[in-house]
Amino acid sequence: MTTQDERAAAANAAAAAPRGRRAPGGGKGGGDARGQRRLAALLLSPTLLVLALVIGYPVLAGFRESLYARGEGLDESGFVVEGTRFVGFDNYTAIFSGDPAGAFWNAFGNTTFFTFTTVILETVIGVGMALIMHRAFRGRALVRASILVPWAIPTAISGLLWRWIFQADGAANALLRQQILWTADGWPAKLAVIIAEVWKTSPFIGLLVLAGLQMIPRDVHEAARVDGASAVQRFWSVTLPLVKPALLVAVLFRLLDVLRMFDLPAVLIGVNQDSVETLTMIAWFEASNLRYGSAAAYATVLFVYIALIAYLFVKLLGADIIGEAREETKRAKRQKARRRKAVQA
Amino acid sequence: MRRIPRIGGAVAGAVLALSLAGCGGDGDGDGSSGTSAESLQGRGPITFVTGKDRSGNLQKQLDGWNSEHPDEKVRVIELPDEPNEQRQQMIQNATTKSDAYTVLNLDVVWTAEFAANRWLTELPEDKIDLSTMLPATVETGRYRDRLYAVPSTSDAGMLYYREDLLEKAGISEPPKTYRQMWDACAKVERLDEAEDVDCFFTEVNKSESMTISMVEAIGSAGGAIIGPDGKPAVNTPQAKQGLEFLVRAYEDGRMPKSAITLDTEGGRRHFQEGRLVFQRQWPYQYSLANEDDGSSEVAGKFAVAPLPGPDGPGVSNLGGHNLAISAFAENKATALDFVRYLTGAQAQRDNLLATSQAPTIAALYDDPELVKKFPYLPVLKSAIENATPRPVAVKYGDVTAAIQEAGYAAVTGDAPVDEALADLQGELETLTAQK
Repeated sequence: MTTQDERAAAANAAAAAPRGRRAPGGGKGGGDARGQRRLAALLLSPTLLVLALVIGYPVLAGFRESLYARGEGLDESGFVVEGTRFVGFDNYTAIFSGDPAGAFWNAFGNTTFFTFTTVILETVIGVGMALIMHRAFRGRALVRASILVPWAIPTAISGLLWRWIFQADGAANALLRQQILWTADGWPAKLAVIIAEVWKTSPFIGLLVLAGLQMIPRDVHEAARVDGASAVQRFWSVTLPLVKPALLVAVLFRLLDVLRMFDLPAVLIGVNQDSVETLTMIAWFEASNLRYGSAAAYATVLFVYIALIAYLFVKLLGADIIGEAREETKRAKRQKARRRKAVQA
Repeated sequence: MRRIPRIGGAVAGAVLALSLAGCGGDGDGDGSSGTSAESLQGRGPITFVTGKDRSGNLQKQLDGWNSEHPDEKVRVIELPDEPNEQRQQMIQNATTKSDAYTVLNLDVVWTAEFAANRWLTELPEDKIDLSTMLPATVETGRYRDRLYAVPSTSDAGMLYYREDLLEKAGISEPPKTYRQMWDACAKVERLDEAEDVDCFFTEVNKSESMTISMVEAIGSAGGAIIGPDGKPAVNTPQAKQGLEFLVRAYEDGRMPKSAITLDTEGGRRHFQEGRLVFQRQWPYQYSLANEDDGSSEVAGKFAVAPLPGPDGPGVSNLGGHNLAISAFAENKATALDFVRYLTGAQAQRDNLLATSQAPTIAALYDDPELVKKFPYLPVLKSAIENATPRPVAVKYGDVTAAIQEAGYAAVTGDAPVDEALADLQGELETLTAQK
């Protein structure tokens, strides 16, 4: 229901906003413009309200929770002392320099490590998959469908699946003819998580890149070929730049996703395993032991980290989805101004 | 009193939703947190909150109750399979002070946490027939000498052993000590059919199972992780001897190298494939390993005995479930009757027959008809009688995580036994300190 409202509001907003902006130049009355602006605000307000409710409020509530601690000590008869206590930033300072600092930096390192290794691998493999799927050959539909199968399996299920593969007498060891203890706490566990994660999410990148590939007109390639570019040259100088917007969006999505990875390592290796413990797992552990304040602090730190990574990614690589739209309106305005000048002249 | 809305800290960026559910708990003014025994009043419909009922027996028992008590019907609320998720949902219900849950089916290790947080109603001992129950199981329902829960099922580890292999090696009795067990292994090893067979297995993967193995090993050596006075006691020679048993067994290769990855079911697979001489395992494996449909290669070839110890019979960990009444529920008089009904001899007998879950009523273990169907009952009874509970701690989640960490580090050789135990002692002291 809300999504319907949201969609309607968004559509109205999209229709209303430019008109409002255009109004002053368009020679219409100022009162009319103000009315339209008011209408726009009115039509947008359900969207904003919903956003504030489902995003703004939880973020603030989570932050607020992270400033409190409760139920720590026991009284004489063994009952937990009730009540919430304001502790300011204690939960945060504890994360960075208190007892839990070791666990935090370990989880932070794991999260970052998984993020970079899996996203890089996924990108390479995903682009490869997209190039294969893009080719015209017999049985292409079958290949496309089978490549997408891993993405269709719920993460928890694929976690179980890989646990069977990686168990001591499982398929992985049978294939390698080795006795590697993948699901014990150690570096093989990290590798197991990376393999399972890449297996599951490469198709996602492949899918988005494929969509990008199909937008490239055929004659661009033809022209490059006529000009004598080799296959490698064509890939680097024609295909990759043209598919870049789609690829960057895909990578950004994966980055944000893997930074909050939880269920795969939890199911595949288990909770409380130092080698695969991520920030979400640590927050979950705190919450399940009733330390909601510190859990909220972990979650807030992770939230800031994710926001930072996303910001850097957008800034450095220019995966600016909204920015492009902004560019377009700017361009349209410039054109209009030029046209107006021409008319005045 | 200032109203403090308890608000869930679900953090966007879709991190995770901390489950504290909406604005519920404004502080209650009456101060009685429903912990006194006199407050068991009110009759009417109630709910029973439990994990999945796979056998369908629970529904049968509820139907029996409901037809006899048409005005006090019980509705079952089934929680997820995962024990941790069950605990989560019960805690969520308690922190919002909801009356949706009446009777709770608690794992024995949750009693302290739930009681200390005032989430349970204290139960009147004179109105429940505790004398028919195994004393060890009744203890698991107490917190600080007050009764908060009634045991409904129990569980204890037993030593599964390959009778056929021991017989061939000329051994007629199951081992009572570790030494006898290793000696038996040495003899069995010489047999032709024992080529791919490992000597012994108890769970040492980094999970709750590790805590259980530690409790058993340290208990068998005469120690305790948290002593009877509530103080951590792993800086003792007994604790060291206990942990060393696990470390040596793994180091020497008496346990398979894969032991640090095998969970309960993995251990069962290992035993059923005929790859173990001795195994510490729960009773549930008995009928599964005796299945003659080809799923088990050891059907009819094994038997059970009490766990061995360093100088005589060892100590088992005590598992099981207890029934408790939520402090925030209504119709507590009905709830008490229902708890008595479900923990009564007849209900437990039916339950044992339908689900093979160990009862807490002592007499059932000596019932000839039941013993015929479940030949391990006498062994299990003595295991439960000598069993020791896992550490009683309000912060049980943290305590068990610390024990797992120390045990795993020692078994895998990451930390010497002394160091692992010293670290554990320090951590447990912080966790159990009374502020």
